[in-house]
Amino acid sequence: MTVRVSVFAAIAALILLAVIFELIRSRRLQERYAILWLITGGVILVLAVWRSALGSLSHTVGIAYPPSALFVLASLFILIVLLHYSTVISKLADQNRILAQRLALLESSARGDSRGDGET
Amino acid sequence: MTEPLTTAPREDRDPRLAGLRRLAIVPAYNEAEAIGAVIAELRAFDPELEIVVVDDGSMDGTARRAAEAGVEVVRLPFNLGIGGAMQTGYQYARDHGFDLAIQVDGDGQHDAREITMLIEPILDGEADMTVGTRFAGGRRYRPPFARRIGIQLFARVVSLIVRQRVTDTTSGFRAVNRRGIALFAADYPHDYPEVETTVLVHRHKLRMVEVPVAMRTRSAGTSSITFFQSIYYMIKVSLALFVGLFRRNSTLEER
Repeated sequence: MTVRVSVFAAIAALILLAVIFELIRSRRLQERYAILWLITGGVILVLAVWRSALGSLSHTVGIAYPPSALFVLASLFILIVLLHYSTVISKLADQNRILAQRLALLESSARGDSRGDGET
Repeated sequence: MTEPLTTAPREDRDPRLAGLRRLAIVPAYNEAEAIGAVIAELRAFDPELEIVVVDDGSMDGTARRAAEAGVEVVRLPFNLGIGGAMQTGYQYARDHGFDLAIQVDGDGQHDAREITMLIEPILDGEADMTVGTRFAGGRRYRPPFARRIGIQLFARVVSLIVRQRVTDTTSGFRAVNRRGIALFAADYPHDYPEVETTVLVHRHKLRMVEVPVAMRTRSAGTSSITFFQSIYYMIKVSLALFVGLFRRNSTLEER
């Protein structure tokens, strides 16, 4: 495997980590949702630099060309992040529905109060 | 009130408490068993203390029990976690113009009588926030090994950051004055907030004082932290502390 691939992967991982760091620092990304991204960037960085580990990993899973294993792994992590976000969106949608219902009921009872017809 | 200002506090007639509106914020998540006793104890300690229970989306009738006890109940429509619940309490304190807010856990582990000691530095004008610590002073608390390591680790790190000795960063037994209320109402960490709030207070140049207190073991329910949650806790708080080092100080205007 050429050194160039490793260097490219390492730089990409470093950029990813730097962007995540800046997003947390400027409070545009909560720590809770940054952790999976940080693990992704960290794993890619480690395997890009530690070439013998990547070599034995790709040998174990039967991938002839080690850099492919790196990108397979990266895709896997992105898949995990996406799946995690799907669960987060589901939860947000649920909470959004509850908020809309609460607000609508609150408005209805507030209108009732202002008409003075004794609704509670 | 003929006592001079310098005497030790009397639980019920401390002249410094005159005209001071004080609020106990009690966050509660599924604490129906314990909440009644917590409220009764607070009432017995100080009848003038107003109490707000923030029900963090409980499913066991915590809000109903608290309302039956006759205190103000703020019911969150779903579980926000302790950070979101506490901040709701501080927003209530700000909106209703309280001078002093005291955090008391809804599970009964905090002894209301210790509030006398807890608010002492604030009444003396020596602190904007006080934290009840289980590790300083003559009273010792020995948590399980892993938890003790975690608590000590964060205590060390936070002590370095705030340049002040901190022994108990996980204690939820706290009191703040108006400045603290304003800060926490505007800015409060989302989950596992205790460690980060200590740093937050320092960064906004508020004064923090630790007060040795005794705490009880939980009177009902089980500890809220599982194994995986404690791993997440360590990672999340470490990350927040690290990134926080690179933020500029004071994001809230001085008041």
